[in-house]
Amino acid sequence: MPNKTFFWFFLPTGLAMILFIGLPIISTGIQSFYAQHDQVVKEVKKCDPFGCTVSIVVDNEETSKIREAKPLGKFNGFGTYTDRNHLAVEEIKKFWDETESFGAFVDQVTNLPFYKALIFTLTYCLFVTPNVLLLGFIIALSLNAVARKIRGPLIFGTILPMIVTPLVGSLVLFWMIDSQGIIGANIQNLMNDPYLSLKSSKTLTWITIIIYGIWHHSPFAFVVFYAALQTVPQEPIEAAIIDGASRFQRIKHIVLPHIYPVVTFVALISLMDNFRVFEPIIGFSAEGSAQSLSWLIYDNLVNEEVILFGSAAATSMMTIIGIAILLAPVLIRTWKEFKTAR
Amino acid sequence: MRKILVTLLFLLFGTSAFADCNIKSGSINILANDFPALRTFVETSKQCKGSADFKVTHSSEHNKIAVPALTANPSEFSARIAANSSIVPLMNQDLIRPLDDLVKKYGKGIQDSQLITIDGKVMAVAFMANTQHLYYREDVLKDMGIAVPKTYEEVVAASEKIRASGKMQYPYAAAYKAGWNLAEEFVNMFIGHGGEFFKSGSAEPNINNAKGVATLNMLKKLSELSNPDYLTHDSEAIKVEWESGNVALMTLWASRSGTLLDDEGDPNITKATKLTGPATVGGGNIPAATLWWDGFTLAKNRTDADAEATFRALAHAASNKKMVADAADQAVWLVEGFVPGPKSIGVIEAVKMGAKPYPMLPQMGLMHGALGSEIVEFLQGKESAEQALKDVEAAYISKAKEQGFL
Repeated sequence: MPNKTFFWFFLPTGLAMILFIGLPIISTGIQSFYAQHDQVVKEVKKCDPFGCTVSIVVDNEETSKIREAKPLGKFNGFGTYTDRNHLAVEEIKKFWDETESFGAFVDQVTNLPFYKALIFTLTYCLFVTPNVLLLGFIIALSLNAVARKIRGPLIFGTILPMIVTPLVGSLVLFWMIDSQGIIGANIQNLMNDPYLSLKSSKTLTWITIIIYGIWHHSPFAFVVFYAALQTVPQEPIEAAIIDGASRFQRIKHIVLPHIYPVVTFVALISLMDNFRVFEPIIGFSAEGSAQSLSWLIYDNLVNEEVILFGSAAATSMMTIIGIAILLAPVLIRTWKEFKTAR
Repeated sequence: MRKILVTLLFLLFGTSAFADCNIKSGSINILANDFPALRTFVETSKQCKGSADFKVTHSSEHNKIAVPALTANPSEFSARIAANSSIVPLMNQDLIRPLDDLVKKYGKGIQDSQLITIDGKVMAVAFMANTQHLYYREDVLKDMGIAVPKTYEEVVAASEKIRASGKMQYPYAAAYKAGWNLAEEFVNMFIGHGGEFFKSGSAEPNINNAKGVATLNMLKKLSELSNPDYLTHDSEAIKVEWESGNVALMTLWASRSGTLLDDEGDPNITKATKLTGPATVGGGNIPAATLWWDGFTLAKNRTDADAEATFRALAHAASNKKMVADAADQAVWLVEGFVPGPKSIGVIEAVKMGAKPYPMLPQMGLMHGALGSEIVEFLQGKESAEQALKDVEAAYISKAKEQGFL
């Protein structure tokens, strides 16, 4: 496609992307550099059905004057980024100076909310993405081998996890692993430990969420791989069979190289999706044991009675940067291939 | 305190008020939490809507909706049913209007004790009181020869005894779901220990001390006697636990007693379910519980006509003797004419024992939020009480700085 045609073809999408994705990201970025103005409080008498007390309230007249003068808030620079609830620069320096062993230092750092969330998010990505690729590929291969008659219903059954809304899917599993649910009770019996709970143990909660993630995302990989498998040419495979290649060798030397670009694509999309893991944490009520970066943003925006826009914006920006870093190797390679192709 | 006792115990049977209050115009749109008493309240106000447009949203996610919805101009809702804690963000952002004129003009049946005044201005009209108190299974305690616990130490001892007997594995329950619920339990227990959340006259946190440690240790003891999934259990979940007969002692909201004692579920359990006041802790004499009121506030960013129509409809319910007589089981109404029944015991006891109201401070929401996520690891046995409290303070300080409180 000539560049000019491509430009006109892409223009509407590009405009929509700038309007609905680009500008909001810029606005979020600006927001992340601002904090609320210093609160002007005053002492007043408060009376309710339980009696009167003298206590403080926000002085709205004074506050609205300051707000009108500077609607964005108080410029904070990277203050929000470096505070304890985000990158915690000072705290980490302090831990480094105070702790004696590296283990203790790591313990202290992983106790900070941002790093706690980052570690869960990365663990989730690292376990879910490869397993999704592997499982999706195995399912696609097996389905490709079964008789055409039963393939339709089988495919439908396989993509069910993707059709089920994430929240509903996780809730179903949540009830099953309850200590009185079918899975939870059986595990207790099996382990002979009445206090064992999948929901109260951090490790078990992580494992549950990761297994759920694999279950939920595999169908996507499967669908793409299955489509790609239909394009594998039959001649080289037949030739390989005549040459006496085993099934494994055929897959390794013919099928995989052929669908390789698709594998990269699925890996990319999965990584992006998994880095934003959020629904299962809500569905499993796992806030206590597992927090992801997306959950931190949600928490700042809705869980407090006071909304922390600056915090949420800063975490959002860091999530975007995180995804960019994760995808960088793949993107750089695609760019290089693009250049050599020209 | 006498004022509320008078309110609660005041016996006065009146004739039912007029249903139609002759509202000619305006539009009414109410945001409220979702539990039976509030539904009754809103339904009662609807009887009076006249020719005004009437809409209501009942949602347990009301806290998340309120500030954004009322910030818009004109705001989505003309009224918000709030409580001690949820009125604070509305005040902080200057989103609700003073009601003095409307009270004077249309608030005839509303008692003075129902008015929430801040700096001399009426900002809300309360209509019910709430608290968290103890529920117990009379049959189980009797069988084991255990007296009704008055302190949390006795709750622990009783629960341990029940567990040792093999009758129940997890005899205690409270809403310990990580987040708002867990933080609320901390707030109760900390106040029971005589703690103050902030250094006097400032927004500096003041929880990392002996009282905080004692609070955490008590929460941990109780959590060990609860279902191991306690970190995922909210009020609804422990209600289900109770109704399945798995629990003998429980701390739960007074406003939930109606659904516990209704005809649904095992009649034997319902019959044996008894209510008592909140427990004290650590030898203190005020209960480890907070008093709450629920009341209505009016949005600032709505026309005066809408505010007037909304006030008249809601005031009709907030002074409705028939409603409090018919729905005496659903709540402890602060409305004139309410006769406290057996389900009101918890709140009345709490008031008698001198329970403190939930702190209505502008920065309290941030403290509550920090507590909800930072004390989890202590309960899981992953860190010490001191470390957990240090984390809460640190998390709170960062948020308070961003919010301009420190």
